[in-house]
Amino acid sequence: MADSTFPIPGSIDLTPQQERESTWLETLHSWVITVDHKKLGLLYMMMAIFFLLVAGAEVLCIRIQLAVPNNHFLSPQVFNRLFTMHGTTMVFLVGIPLVFGFANYMVPLQIGARDMAFPRLNAFSFWMTLLGGLLLYYSFIGGAGLYGMGNAPDVTWWAYAPLTARAFSPGHATDYWALALIVAGFGTLGGAINVIATAFSMRCKGMTLMRMPLFTWLMIVDSALLLVTITPLTAAQIMLVIDRYLGAHFFDTQAGGSALIWMHFFWIFGHPEVYVLVFPAFAIASEVIPVFSRKAIFGYPAMVAASVGIAFVSLGVWAHHMFTVGMTSVGNAFFVLSTMLVGIPTGIKIFNWLATMWGGKIRFRTPMLFCTAFLFQFMCAGLTGIMLSVAPWNWQLHGSYFVIAHFHYVLVGAIVFNTFAGIYYWFPKATGRMLSEKLGKWHFWLFFIGFHVTFDTMHFLGFEGMPRWIYTYPADRGWEHLNLIVSLGGMIQGVAVLIFAYNLIYSLFKGKIAGNDPWDAWTLEWSTSSPPPVYNFATDPVVRSRRPLWDVKHPEDPDWKYE
Amino acid sequence: MLGGWPRVKRIAWPVLAFAIFLSSRGFAQGPESRTSIFAPASTPATEIYHLSFFVLEITGAIFFTVAGLLIYVILRFRSKGEDDESEPPQIYGSNQVELAWTVIPVLIVVVLFLTTARVIFAIQDAPKPVAALEVTVIGHQFWWEYRYPKLGVVTANELHVPLSSTEHSTPTFLKLLSADVDQSFWVPELAGKIDLIPMHPNDLWLDPSHAGLYLGQCAQFCGVQHANMLLRVYVDTPEQFAAWVANQAKPGVQDPAVAEGRHVFETEACMNCHAVQGTAATGRFGPDLTHLMSRDTLASGEIPNTRENLRQWIKNPDTFKPGSLMPAMQLTDEQLDQVTAYLETLK
Amino acid sequence: MYCLIIGESAIFTIFVVAYIYYIGRSLYGPTPQQVLEVPIFNTICLLSSSVTIWLSERAIDRGNMRGFGLWWAATITLGVIFLAGTAIEWHKLIFEDGLTIQTNLFGTTFYSLVGLHATHVIVGLAMLLTVLIFTITGHVRHEHSERVQVLALYWHFVDAVWVVVFTVVYIVGR
Repeated sequence: MADSTFPIPGSIDLTPQQERESTWLETLHSWVITVDHKKLGLLYMMMAIFFLLVAGAEVLCIRIQLAVPNNHFLSPQVFNRLFTMHGTTMVFLVGIPLVFGFANYMVPLQIGARDMAFPRLNAFSFWMTLLGGLLLYYSFIGGAGLYGMGNAPDVTWWAYAPLTARAFSPGHATDYWALALIVAGFGTLGGAINVIATAFSMRCKGMTLMRMPLFTWLMIVDSALLLVTITPLTAAQIMLVIDRYLGAHFFDTQAGGSALIWMHFFWIFGHPEVYVLVFPAFAIASEVIPVFSRKAIFGYPAMVAASVGIAFVSLGVWAHHMFTVGMTSVGNAFFVLSTMLVGIPTGIKIFNWLATMWGGKIRFRTPMLFCTAFLFQFMCAGLTGIMLSVAPWNWQLHGSYFVIAHFHYVLVGAIVFNTFAGIYYWFPKATGRMLSEKLGKWHFWLFFIGFHVTFDTMHFLGFEGMPRWIYTYPADRGWEHLNLIVSLGGMIQGVAVLIFAYNLIYSLFKGKIAGNDPWDAWTLEWSTSSPPPVYNFATDPVVRSRRPLWDVKHPEDPDWKYE
Repeated sequence: MLGGWPRVKRIAWPVLAFAIFLSSRGFAQGPESRTSIFAPASTPATEIYHLSFFVLEITGAIFFTVAGLLIYVILRFRSKGEDDESEPPQIYGSNQVELAWTVIPVLIVVVLFLTTARVIFAIQDAPKPVAALEVTVIGHQFWWEYRYPKLGVVTANELHVPLSSTEHSTPTFLKLLSADVDQSFWVPELAGKIDLIPMHPNDLWLDPSHAGLYLGQCAQFCGVQHANMLLRVYVDTPEQFAAWVANQAKPGVQDPAVAEGRHVFETEACMNCHAVQGTAATGRFGPDLTHLMSRDTLASGEIPNTRENLRQWIKNPDTFKPGSLMPAMQLTDEQLDQVTAYLETLK
Repeated sequence: MYCLIIGESAIFTIFVVAYIYYIGRSLYGPTPQQVLEVPIFNTICLLSSSVTIWLSERAIDRGNMRGFGLWWAATITLGVIFLAGTAIEWHKLIFEDGLTIQTNLFGTTFYSLVGLHATHVIVGLAMLLTVLIFTITGHVRHEHSERVQVLALYWHFVDAVWVVVFTVVYIVGR
């Protein structure tokens, strides 16, 4: 009986039907009306990269302001808007689109399907997300309300009550924040429903759930988590809008409302959200590390179980963001325990990736460089997370630059690094051309150095008592040297990202032709052409193991003998 | 295998040197660093300090183990070259190994949790001794109000507390409230921080063991001037503290020489927001000014309390603190001189 | 649809939690005991509509398009009666008892939670009506039975949410 089947290159005529070249208007039109998962995936990625550059520019302004004490580069009002927009943009307009960018492009290809389960819902979700982004940025010009007050939101990305009440945030800034994210939230919900439906109902023959690539598994778990993560935020934001516009009292402390209840609702969203954002990094690591170590992933069932475990436990840790609000000692202790527990499945994953590399023949091409750095940095982030989970120590570190350092270690050190890894890995599949390896190495080393210069130093600023959200600091605190170092590291990272952007554009036109399978990999997407035809696979694949292409390349020692 | 070693060394030494440089900066306890969490001067901060080092030891051990393994893997298992086409042995997993690296972390978590819980209860549920000083802290946008209910003292922005020694224990128990939005009280060398949340009173205690001035600032974003809501805690010897309380409890000085200034103060809307004990001024929106001259700073720790600064502050608060809630009252130069002279008598 | 229901349940859960947390915490104004009347008739209508929609699902499964149309229309009618009942109740609360969303915490949480549910009923009715129109014009046939059942699942969800809202607002909260 055949183990896996898919078209042998050349056996089926794959010449595209259309003879005439499209005009640029026709091309643009095809992108606007598309329901094809590959195009939508690329649209999500383009959106994410665009907003990454915007939010990056915002933070470089912030770092210029903070490089020296008592600086006057930015007014406090502008500074407060910039860091609020930086955080909001990175989480909702970069992080979430990256989830769906990668998921949309790769999941159907990896499961041998022709498209997502609901292509039109897919398009709707993307355009809603983009609309949310545009609405948020429109606030810079449209946010002026009474007496010209209000501009972009300036209440931090947490938007704590009662600072967000009409009395303390006049104008429409906060309204733009809430409405833009509600709109984007609908897009997110649609995307999540789509991924789950696709993975459950459109897998090719022979692909049981336990034979899916780990990337796809993680995207399913991520989407399921999103269903119960983004929705509490939507609910809380609806309450905020009702408070602000209809005079309600959800968070009105003068009428008996509670400021704390906003915090609980926000963090019930906020904590699982960061796991939502990091799952793609896990997913990419689980694809890149095996291929570049030339070994199967170590402990596939354990990895699946750990991922599901992380998703569940992450729903019960939210108040570790609230250790300083005055919960009871028992309440604090509970959240200490739950937070420490979530570290266990996370550690298991790190060990499994390490074990995958152990005994392998590691090829340190650019994707693997980024993944290796990810392993180191994610481990560090986990350890500083353990430090923060120790509530009494949290009473010192909360609201300080230590926390900023910790979460940037996750968001940049894990997520951005692996996003780069994923792009270097799959760019050849999506475009048919390789990204320049030389530019890639420059990109990697500069970004790695800049990242560590900035974020390693930042931990110490936290130890020295520097709080968050301050637009300047006095000269007598002793923070100026470290701040200058942090700012310099930011500039280095900026240069690295510019090199990356150049690499993307250059390689799109002049990159080496990739072929179907430039990395000698093992999952289904590498069995079709680069870029794939619009229908993905000429015949429906049939698989018999977790690595169908390994079985074809090693018929004497196929995977299904061992699974 | 060792082909890459010289290259690694070339990179490793500068990186190591840089890391050491950063660490030295980080742990610098020089006179500049007034807010280090590693320089505790009060029991809550000291408890946290000891716990943090225990945690650092454990996480440090984990770090060196895993990082060491990672470096070993990178060096030992790198591919020999492009021409090596053979694949290494494929290992799919191992139940024993999975069990081991599940059980060990669970044990570490148990140890960490129990140690942490002990400190939580020790700090949060510490009983309040009879001799404790009680202070109510009320957070405003962007200043601190302090009330000593049993001593009849109301002041702002500079908190005075007595020294507390092991022989004579006089801790200070703070009750923290907010008049408007969320703030957070953080003086790292004295205690961890606690938030000030409207309609949700919180508690914090400190027992400073060394006299002196301790700095901190608001640690929860509270609006446009969050950055300048600074904290100054003066830990006084018992004699100093008694003298300070005695002075603060007195009503405002009534010097006839500055009657014009006082007239300006009471007719140009100042008294709507500010209070001076013993006069008609009973405003609560802004800081109590009865003993303004007993303070070293203005604008919640931001500027030194000098005549020029005071005059300029009254003329236009936005000069120092743009976005502060005190409006510029459009006083004439003459009125400014008079009211400054008046305030300067409020010792 | 199951995924959508999970997500929507999370939204409703947050509003229910807010409602429960604020029970008894209004500082002034009308209390639930003073102004709320238990909407028995309304509830019977809405819960019966779950039965009628189930009957219509069975009908289309068997190819009985006429029965399907009738039971489907009955469902819509019952839903509309429920909405009308809610409107009457709110009219009384606003104009006779002086309870609005601004009045106090009870008003805020009551109108938000019941209003959120009513919004979902309206959206559901719009979709049901669309299907009814297509049924009358003959475009809905036996082979569409699965799709219709997906929509019916949404309607059952809306009814289930009402059970929770009813219990929390009219029984526990009073």
